[in-house]
Amino acid sequence: MKDFLKGVRDNYDVIVIGSGLAGLTAANTLAKAGYSVLLLEQHYQLGGMATWFKRRGGHIFDISLHGFPVGMIKSCRRYWTSEIADAIVQLRHIRFDNPMFSLETTFDREDFTRLLTGRFGVPHATVQAFFDTARAMNFYDDQATTVGELFSRFFPGREDVVRLLMEPITYANGSTLEDPAIAYGIVFSNFMSKGVYTFQGGTDRLVGLMKQELLRNGVDLRIRASVERILVERGRVLGVTANGRQIRARAVVSNANLKLTILQLVGPEHFDPAFVEKTRAVRLNNSSCQVYMALRPGETIDENACGDLLFSSTAPLFRTELLLSRQITSRTYSFYYPRTRPGSNRTLIVSSTNARYQDWAGLSDADYQASKQELIESTLDAVAKYVPDIRVKLAHVEASTPRTFQFYTRHLEGASFGTKFEGLAVSRAVPEQVAGLYHAGSVGIIMSGWLGAVNYGVIVANDVDAYLLKQQPVAPLPPDDAREALPA
Amino acid sequence: MTAAEIRAAVIEILKTISPDSDFSELDDERPFREQVELDSMDFLDIVLQLRKLYRIHIPEEDYPALQSMASTVAYLEPKMRDLQKV
Repeated sequence: MKDFLKGVRDNYDVIVIGSGLAGLTAANTLAKAGYSVLLLEQHYQLGGMATWFKRRGGHIFDISLHGFPVGMIKSCRRYWTSEIADAIVQLRHIRFDNPMFSLETTFDREDFTRLLTGRFGVPHATVQAFFDTARAMNFYDDQATTVGELFSRFFPGREDVVRLLMEPITYANGSTLEDPAIAYGIVFSNFMSKGVYTFQGGTDRLVGLMKQELLRNGVDLRIRASVERILVERGRVLGVTANGRQIRARAVVSNANLKLTILQLVGPEHFDPAFVEKTRAVRLNNSSCQVYMALRPGETIDENACGDLLFSSTAPLFRTELLLSRQITSRTYSFYYPRTRPGSNRTLIVSSTNARYQDWAGLSDADYQASKQELIESTLDAVAKYVPDIRVKLAHVEASTPRTFQFYTRHLEGASFGTKFEGLAVSRAVPEQVAGLYHAGSVGIIMSGWLGAVNYGVIVANDVDAYLLKQQPVAPLPPDDAREALPA
Repeated sequence: MTAAEIRAAVIEILKTISPDSDFSELDDERPFREQVELDSMDFLDIVLQLRKLYRIHIPEEDYPALQSMASTVAYLEPKMRDLQKV
């Protein structure tokens, strides 16, 4: 059997567990700061949920490349490379189709204002006040107000407006009307002020470029390296056991699921009982079902009917709990035209729905296969509204369920959006419990999605850097020497 | 460093973070966010740069102190008083 840890050293400054975008970014940031970094990924591919798969016939499916905020350009330029930042392009055709309205938008403040004041007849001042309120929200604000209350303050009785403003966010991060308004406000001001963006070349190219950069910066990258334990002694992290082998580190960053990190990899005995209680109380976000459809080489679809990203629903009203039901009424389609991967002649469609792990976990193999087939058939029927001859054009179709997500990411319950809001406070407090241990990953809505994950990786790398500097205090230098020692 | 030197140092950092913004007309009393496009990651970068250049630790609970230039300089002054200009 191949030893995936061959040549791994006994000691590193930092071990990063998991190669989701937060783990990759934390590893890269710390390596650039001069630390020795070991990155361990249990899967055979880097990227975590930022992933893809290939099928015979040359089909490449993206799992989570649906659209991210413009801020991704800046974060990639600053914490990654210009080459990565330069491959980010806008998706200009965001469509909604449901019994209340059918429209297309460029998904920015200006266009939402145009739609809300024109088509929805909301006074201009109300729209501006809403945008300004959402934009002004930040972490330190009160958490008592819910998203639902925020909407009823500005748009009382307007279920159609709520649907327009909420449905995409629910799909982006699983949030509901019961979540704190500040979480919505922060995501909203990031996400809906300047459009929706994608990565040209696909997830495989992005992760490939990130891998190159990590290697350039000296990160020791290991796939198929499964961490069994995070080693802790007297309140301090010592390292990890991976593939049965002990590796030491001054700091450990876990990009594994938050609850998995605390309750299984470290173990509750190393934490304050009250903190363990808080951890257990963190709600996981929901999981997803997806149907992946590849058209025959050269086949095209009507871009005007489909757009880039389509939020479709047959439910008369918008209800967040309906989005989780096995009785699917709402689907979000990502349409990938050949330009997604320049030089390709392929069109692909990925249909995503939010789903509950519990609805799929208990099925027998036969029932599971039958349910997957039913999901595929009902999705093809639904897509036919936008691509009438989908079954004729189709070259390959398959489905994934919460069980699939659980299998590949090892996220508890296949959670595809990390944890609910309360996860953020627990994630941030991990180092107060175990010195040198950090968590970076999808938590609390704000730190979720591609941009949230990248940024959270930077935030945590910053904490780790501060910790490592403090751990080995550098003797104060006389002023003139300090001048030379410090970067200009 | 004097308050004026600290202010100049912060301006230098801001220029690297937001190269397209004009800081010459910055009103020190008004929040940065009302005057230039800075998001929460930009504020984190200010913290990162201060640590890299001056080895100053700013804990997360103190981030609100970085709202405006006046509050930033007031917050940094006791921490940077004994430092030499870089």
